Amino acid sequence: MTEHLAAGAYNFAYLDEQTKRMIRRAILKGIAVPGYQVPFASREMPMPYGWGTGGVQVTAACLVPEDRLKVIDQGADDTTNAVSIRRFFQRTAGVAVTEATGQATVIQTRHRIPESALKQGQILVYQVPIPEPLRFLEPRETETRKMHELEEYGLMHVKLYEDIARHGQIATSYAYPVRVEGRYVMDPSPIPKFDNPKLSGNPAIQLFGAGREQRIYALPPWTQAVSLDFDDHPFETSKAPHDCDLCGAKDSYLDEVITDDQGGRMFVCSDTDYCAGRRARGMKGRLWAPEPEGAA
Amino acid sequence: MYVAVKGGERAIDNAHEWLAEERRGNPAVPELTIPQIREQMKLAVNRVMAEGSLYDPDLAALAIKQARGDLIEAVFLIRAYRTTLPRLASSRPVDTGAMAVDRRISATFKDLPGGQVLGPTFDYTHRLLDFTLMAEGATPDQGSPSPLKGQGRCEDETRAPHVTGFLNQDGLIEEATPSDTMPPDLTREPMELPASRALRLQALTRGDEGFVLSMAYSTQRGYGRTHAFVGELRIGTVAVEVDIPELGFAVEVGEVELTECETVNQFKGSRTEPPQFTRGYGLVFGQSERKAIAMSLVDRALRWQELGEDFTGAPAQDEEFVLMHCDNIQATGFLEHIKLPHYVDFQAELELVRKLRAEAGAMQEAAE
Repeated sequence: MTEHLAAGAYNFAYLDEQTKRMIRRAILKGIAVPGYQVPFASREMPMPYGWGTGGVQVTAACLVPEDRLKVIDQGADDTTNAVSIRRFFQRTAGVAVTEATGQATVIQTRHRIPESALKQGQILVYQVPIPEPLRFLEPRETETRKMHELEEYGLMHVKLYEDIARHGQIATSYAYPVRVEGRYVMDPSPIPKFDNPKLSGNPAIQLFGAGREQRIYALPPWTQAVSLDFDDHPFETSKAPHDCDLCGAKDSYLDEVITDDQGGRMFVCSDTDYCAGRRARGMKGRLWAPEPEGAA
Repeated sequence: MYVAVKGGERAIDNAHEWLAEERRGNPAVPELTIPQIREQMKLAVNRVMAEGSLYDPDLAALAIKQARGDLIEAVFLIRAYRTTLPRLASSRPVDTGAMAVDRRISATFKDLPGGQVLGPTFDYTHRLLDFTLMAEGATPDQGSPSPLKGQGRCEDETRAPHVTGFLNQDGLIEEATPSDTMPPDLTREPMELPASRALRLQALTRGDEGFVLSMAYSTQRGYGRTHAFVGELRIGTVAVEVDIPELGFAVEVGEVELTECETVNQFKGSRTEPPQFTRGYGLVFGQSERKAIAMSLVDRALRWQELGEDFTGAPAQDEEFVLMHCDNIQATGFLEHIKLPHYVDFQAELELVRKLRAEAGAMQEAAE
C-alpha cells in the first residue's frame, strides 16, 4: 500500500500541517491536564485502526527531521508491526531510526516500556486500544466522562475489591489503572503491570494516542502515577519467575517461548534491545549460544 | 541452542509479493480493467463510495480491484485516500426534489404526481442463475438501449414532488423545518454525544450496510418498532452546485447519483399534539436502496426522545450503541488487531492464572 509513496507526494511525516497542529493542540492540552483524555479529530491513516493509528498520529505530530525514531511492539524492534510502522516513518519522514533505547529521541511503543531508564528530552508514545479505564465497568462514554468529571471512581475500587474477594488478590495483570497526581484515573495502555512503576516520575514525556477512540492523553515528565491498590493489598508487580535464558537478566520482563511439544520452554527478555545490549557486554544466559557462521 | 525469531522485514516483503500475485490470479485469464469494474460491478462501486464517503466511481473501482473484491478493504483504501484531500469548498445543499429520477416508487400511494417509475430494479426478477451470462466469449445481447432509460427523468421539480410534501399540506405529517445551520462533520471533529440528527445521519450514511440493515431489521421485529411505510424511494442524479464568491452566484460543478428514502411512521400523538405521522430519512451515494431504507428506519428509531417516545432499551434506539459501532473500518480494525502479537499481556495473564491456581491448589491441600 505504501510502495507508491513518491517523494514529495505527501507532507513530512504523512499528515498535513493543519492536522498536525490540531494534534499538537490536543497533546499540549493533555500535558497541561495530566491523565485527562482529550478528544481529537483522529484521521483515517493508511494502516488499520488497532494497528497503532493513535500512536502513529501522535508520533507524526511530534517528529522533526532531526529526530531519531525507535519503534517497538511487545518490547521488540523486529516484530512485524514495529517493522511496518518504522518503515512508514522512514518513507514519509525520512528520519533516522535506531534500535538503541538510549539513542532514540522518540520511541513509539505497543504494550511495553523499555527496560533501560528513559532520559529527559525523550518522548515515549504509546499505542492505546481503549483509553477509558472505566470502559469495562461502564460501556457508555457519556457516563464515564461524567464519572471522571466528578472524580467518581468508586466503581473501580469495588471492582478491585471484588477481585480480592474472589481471588484473594487483584486479578488485573496488564492495563493496570493508575491515578495521576491524585486526580484522573488513567489507563496506561495494555502494558504488563510489571511496567507500571516506570510510569511514575519518569523524566521522559509520555504521550498516549488512541486513534479509533479519538483520544490523546499524557504524563508530563516527573508526574506521579500511582497504581490503584488497598492498604492491606498493596500493588505488586509480577513477571515469570525466571532469568532470561539468553542474557541472564534477573530484572527484565520475559516472553515465554515454547521450544518443543514435551513441555519444554524458555524465557527471554521481551525488550530485544536490552537483551542484545547485555549479551554484547558478555552476559550470558542458560541457553545462549552465538549464532553459527552463515546461519540464515 | 535457540536463535530468536528475526526477519520481520523479509516476511513482510514476501507477503506483499505473494499478495500481489494472488490479486492477479491466473495470468492466463485477462486482467480486469477499471472501466469494467465501474460499469459492471456498479453496485459494489456504489457501496464503496457510500461507506468510503467519497464520490468517485473510478477510484472506487480501483480500490475494489486492489482489494481483491473485499469491499470493506476497498472502503478502507478510499477512506485513507480521502483523508489526504484538501477541502476546496462546500457545495450548496443538493435538491433531491429536482432529481433526474431513474427510479421513484411510493408504497403509500398507488399513483401520484410524477408517477411510479420502477427503474432498473431486482425487485421482480426471479432469482434464477442466468447461465447465458456464463457462456464464455458470447457477446452479451446488446440490443438497443432500454427505451425507458432516461424517460423517467425530469428536470422540472413539480413533476416529481416529494410524497411527504402532500402529507404535509394537510398537516398529517410532522413539519420538517429547513435549516441553514452548518452540519457537523465527524471526519473533522471528534464525535460528541448526544449527537444532532445531522451528525447521526452522517454516521449512518457512511456506516456499514450490514450493520445498518440489521439494526433496521431489529426495529421491524419489535426492538424499537416504528411502523414504517416507504413514503418514497427515489434514485437518480442531482446537480452539485458551489457558490463562487468571486462570481456572486452558484456554479454547477458536476452531478452525483443518490438514493433517497423517506419513511412515513406512526405517531400516537400526545396530550399537547394530535396524532400525526413522523419521518425517517435516508440518503446514500449511488444506487443503494437497501442501505437508504435501512438508514431511514434507524434514523426514525433514534428520534424517540425528540418525539416523546419511551426508550425501550432497543439497540436501534440507543444512539451511543449505534453511532459507536456502525463504522466498519473502525470495527474491522479493532476486531482484526487481536491477531497482532499480544505475547506480553498474555504472559502477564499466564503468570496470574498460574499463581491463582497454585494458591487454590495449596488451599485445597490444606483443607484435606
